[in-house]
Parts: sequence; C-alpha cells; structure tokens
Amino acid sequence: MVRMAALVLGLVLGGGSLAQVLRIGVVGPMAFVQGEHTWYGATLAAEELNRAGGVLVGNQRYRIELVRVDTNEMTSVTDAATAVERAITAQRVDFLIGGFRSEAVLAMTEVAADYKKPFIITGAALDGILAGRVDRNYERFKYLFRVSPTKSSDLARTSLLLLGEVIQAVRRDLRIERPKVAILAERAAWADPLVETASRLIAAPPPQGYGAEVAGTWRPSATATDVTPELTAIQRAGAQVIFTVLSGPVGVPFGRDWGRLKIPAAAVGINVEAQQETWLKATDNLGAYVATLNTLAPAVAITPKTIPFITNFQARFKQFPIYTASGAYGALYILAEALNRAGTTAADAVVRALEATDYTGPAGRIVFDKTHDVTWGPGYTTGLGVQWVEGRMQAFWPRNWRVGDRVVSYAGVRPYQLPPWVVEAWRR
Amino acid sequence: MLSAILVNGLVLSGIYGMLALGFALTYGVARILNLAHTAFYMAAAYGLFFFLGRMGFAPAALLASLLVLLIALAAYKLLLEPLREHEATVLIVTIALALLLQEAVLLLFGAHFRSVPALLPGFVEVFGVRVAQQALLALLFAGVVLLLAWALLKGTRLGLGIRAAAQDQEAAELVGISLSRAGNWAVGLGAFLAALAGLAVAPMATLEPHMWNAPLLVVLAAVVLGGLGSLPGALLGAVVLAFAEVTVVNLVPGGAFLRTAVALLILVLVLVFRPEGLFGTAFAEER
Repeated sequence: MVRMAALVLGLVLGGGSLAQVLRIGVVGPMAFVQGEHTWYGATLAAEELNRAGGVLVGNQRYRIELVRVDTNEMTSVTDAATAVERAITAQRVDFLIGGFRSEAVLAMTEVAADYKKPFIITGAALDGILAGRVDRNYERFKYLFRVSPTKSSDLARTSLLLLGEVIQAVRRDLRIERPKVAILAERAAWADPLVETASRLIAAPPPQGYGAEVAGTWRPSATATDVTPELTAIQRAGAQVIFTVLSGPVGVPFGRDWGRLKIPAAAVGINVEAQQETWLKATDNLGAYVATLNTLAPAVAITPKTIPFITNFQARFKQFPIYTASGAYGALYILAEALNRAGTTAADAVVRALEATDYTGPAGRIVFDKTHDVTWGPGYTTGLGVQWVEGRMQAFWPRNWRVGDRVVSYAGVRPYQLPPWVVEAWRR
Repeated sequence: MLSAILVNGLVLSGIYGMLALGFALTYGVARILNLAHTAFYMAAAYGLFFFLGRMGFAPAALLASLLVLLIALAAYKLLLEPLREHEATVLIVTIALALLLQEAVLLLFGAHFRSVPALLPGFVEVFGVRVAQQALLALLFAGVVLLLAWALLKGTRLGLGIRAAAQDQEAAELVGISLSRAGNWAVGLGAFLAALAGLAVAPMATLEPHMWNAPLLVVLAAVVLGGLGSLPGALLGAVVLAFAEVTVVNLVPGGAFLRTAVALLILVLVLVFRPEGLFGTAFAEER
C-alpha cells in the first residue's frame, strides 16, 4: 500500500514520466550564427533521440534536456568561462557540447576540466585545445573531445588541396604554366603557419609543391572593413589566384570588393563567412565564384546521413546548417552512444566509452585520435571544397582525389569553375 | 602604385572627412566629445538598410538621416545638455549612448552581416586603378556635402554664430549669440554629417553592429591631429590619416593590418612636435 502510494506520488510529482533526465549544456555565442546553429543541431538530435525513447544507460532510460548556455564568447572570454561555470554549478548540467572561438574554448575547457565534466567541442579549430593538453596531462584533460571542425592544421591541409585544384584549373583553362598566387591572410596567430606552409608549397616544384609563383602576401586585419587597396595591389602584382585565409568579418568585404572590382584572380582557400548561406546576401551578390573549404554543401552526400540531416534541419529551422550544427548534432549522438556503451553516467566511464567512438555522422566518420581529436583523411572526415555558382553553394572537392590507391569522390560534387572575368582577362 | 594610393586615398578621405567634420563641430561648439558620433553613422546605415526594404533609395536615405537627427537631438536635450559642465560625465554618457545604439541594432537586426545594394554597380579604371563606381559616387557625395557644410558655416549668419561659438564661447555670448541654440545646431549638423557618411558608406560596407568602432578611432585621431576644435584641421587630419592608411597597404603588403597603427603613429609624432595639432596654433590665435 505504501509502495503504491509512493509510486502514485512519484507519477504526480514527475509529471507522469518515470524517465530520468540527462542535462546537457549547449554552449556558444547564441546571438551569432555559430552559436545559434550549435543550439539548432543539438535540438534536432535531442528531439530525435527523445522521440526514439531517450538514451538507454544501463537499465534506465534517460530523457535529454538541453540547457542553452549563451557564452558571449565573441566579445568576452571571461563571460564564456563564467557561463560554463554557472551551467555546471547552478544549472547542474552533466555534459557540455559546443564552443566556437578558440580562445574562449581554451578557457571554457579549463572550467570543464576543473569540474571533471565531459565537453565535446563542436566549433573551435585551434590544434592546442587538445594537442599538448590531452596527451600531456591526460588525467586533467581527458574529458575534452572534438568532433568539428577538423583541427587548424588539418583545415590547412584541406585548403591547400583546394588551392591545388584551382591552380590546375588555371593551368588547364588559361594555359598559364606557372600561375601567380597572392596570399591574402588575416593577421591572426592561427593563420601564420598556414601562410608559411602555403608560401613554401606554392613555390616548390611538383610533386612536393605546386610549381607556381608567390605574387605577394597581404595581411589585413581580421576585422578590416575595406580591402580595396589590398585587392588593387594584388591585381597590379599580376596574380591569377588569391589564396584566402580569412575567418573573421573581413571575409565579407573581401568577397564584396573582389566581385565589384572584378579582380582577375580566382579566390580560394578559407573564408568562413563564405561558408554560410547568407553569403550572397551579405555581399550583395558580389561574392559569386568565391571558393572556400566547408563541412556541408547542398545535395552532397558525404555519408548516408548527410542528406537526411540537411533536409530535416532545413524543414525544422528554415536555414542551411553550418558546421557547428552538424557538429552539435553528431556530438549528441556520439555522447548518447557512449553513455549506452558505458552503462553509467559516471564521467570517467563515459570518457572511456567516448574514446572507443566510431560514428558515422552527417559530415563524415568520426574516430578520435590519441588527443581526442577528430581524425582527418580519406575514410574519416575530410571537409569539402565549395564554390558559389549560379546563386548557390556547390561542392567541387573531393572529386577524384587520389590518395595512395584510393580515389575519393562524394556524390553531387561538380567541377570547379573559374570566374568568367578571370578567364576573360587571362585567356591566351 | 602612386595612382592606387592617390585614388584609394581620396575615396577614403571623403568618408573620414565627413565624419571628422561632424565630430569637430559637435566638440567645437557644444564642447561635447561625442564618442557616439560613429554610432550615429552606423544607425544611419542600418536605417537605410531597413527603409530600403520598404521604399526607394531617396526616401529611405531621407528617413534614415532624419531618424539619426532625431536620436541625436533627443540625446543632446535629455542627456547631454544638462551635463555639459561635467566633461567626464558627458564622455561616459556618450559611450553609453553608443553601446545602447549598438545593442539596439543587435536586438533588431541580429549579428548577421547585412548589405545595401550599390546605386552604381561595377567599376571604372582611373589611372589604371580599378575603382568601384559606387566609391566614386561616395567621393562626389562627400565632396558636395563638405562644400555645402562649408558654405553654411562660412556664408550664413547661422554659420557665423556656430563658428563664433566654436572660437570663443564667452565672446560669442557677449555679442548676443545663444550658446544653447548654437549647440543645438552644431549637434544636429554634426549628427547629420555622421548620418550622411553612413549613407555614403552603406552601399560599399558590410553592415554589422560593431561597424562604428574602427572609424571612431580614426575620427578621434583626425580631430586631434588637426587640432581639437578646428574645423579645417579635422578635415586635414582625416585626409592625412586616410592617405597614411592606403600608403601602408601599398608599400608594406605584409603589414596591411598595421594601417591604423601607422596612422596613429603619425598622430603621435605630430603631437610630439606640435602638441596643439596641425591647426592648433591658428585656432588659439583666432581665440
């Protein structure tokens, strides 16, 4: 009788549900698209998992409850660390996913390590967030993992492969044997090694390098609002290709001024602003033909989960997902699977289960390396090369990418197109 | 290279000039160091973006500039004029006003980058340098606006009153010039110039809520370089800084990010030798 009364009382107080709750903090700059999409991606995954009965941990089913943690990390690293601490201590989250700005993620992950809370990073690229921490001080930093993007040095590898693709196009279509490449890289620590590597690789003879010529290196501020002087200087230098290394807002003025002045050099590399579906709107349609590395592209099936994810995301949020969305979506599934394998919510056991992850998500296959970082390469996660053509984002890489014996191509990838004004200016 | 420096420097000078003249007017007459000045410029650009979705360019530009004028005059009457004697407080209030405008824009439009379509698409080659037609239009617009502002200040009784108040407030009051009225006009004209700069820049710029930060530094530097309170000095300061920035980008491509830093270094060097700024002495003599 007493047990029956307790059960009834439990049902009443528990709102009719017996499921336990897993509180997961979704952290990010929520006023910005990167944070907003982290939240959307996590929301989509949580809704799917909850609809399927929640997460089975041992004999107990858990319902996922997301806690929105606005970190304000774009403007304040301190705010970001405080937000994570508040999420852990006041909002009682069990796990964390998200984070965008590397400097802020470094601070936030220190807090997560203090409290021994597993934190799956979905937006920050700096190698040093994991390398040099997880491997050198495993006991403290073992709680940190990254699912997206691939680390900076891997992003660099992909962007240089994209550059190679465009240099080939210049050789093939413009018949210029030794194209000139201008490097336009924002002044930021993460860009320095990439500039150095690119300079070396561009000038080195094949097969080690591209056998091209460096026309010069321009380093505007990441927040510059006008790059017209840089672009006119690049034009004067006679470059046929501009290798961009831009993650900040400068990417938009670049695309706009480049298109408006019809600079006769194809733009390729990293331009984070050009990864978003708002690119053409932001550049007043002048950013057409800009090429950048990206994580997803419309109608490109990287894995069998890519297209369903994009379709569901667009149906639910009316936007094309950026990489933080696919990252957060995958992170939640990875966490759910790890909890299921661990059979407990105890952090250390979950970490061990996370280390054994082999998950195929919308952006590729995720297997963690010894620093808990996502593995880059054919058969794992590679990223895409995308270009804005005919009013939409279109993938052009990997397409017949030869790595050893393997040839990597994703369905829906089309050939790269040189901008028509570049062809017109240089065709001989 | 010289032609690139000349053409790009002129275009940038026009924009900086409009902003610097408005700032100098507000300080010279109303004695308000208005750090919200470039936030007015940002508000006008966003106003144009908002109204353009609903009407043509001309009425949208008019409404946007009137909106900024209204905000500036309301802020002056309600917040700044009562505190005018307390310079430090005024300074802080203008910072608060700028942040308030920034947050309001963030709330209304979000942090997404926005763009305004160019009135004149495409480019022309000037001395072998590609210049966007919109940039030439902006330069022409800036030239006309600066000439009109100059004509107003030099050729009308109102302008005489404003200049008198800028040169010596006590003497101006002794000859019957209402400082309050001159202050109203100066603040209004200053904000209107900022708004016009915003309208000129909007079709070439990326609209985002923090777009007022970078020009504020340059405008402050321009008016200090020219001599605080001097109207011709502010214009000259703007031209010097604009050309300094463009020259750095052309001469030291790898150090393009240093463009503002080098411009500020020039300011420091000038101030070491002429602490009163380029037109400071003339201004003092006028007093």
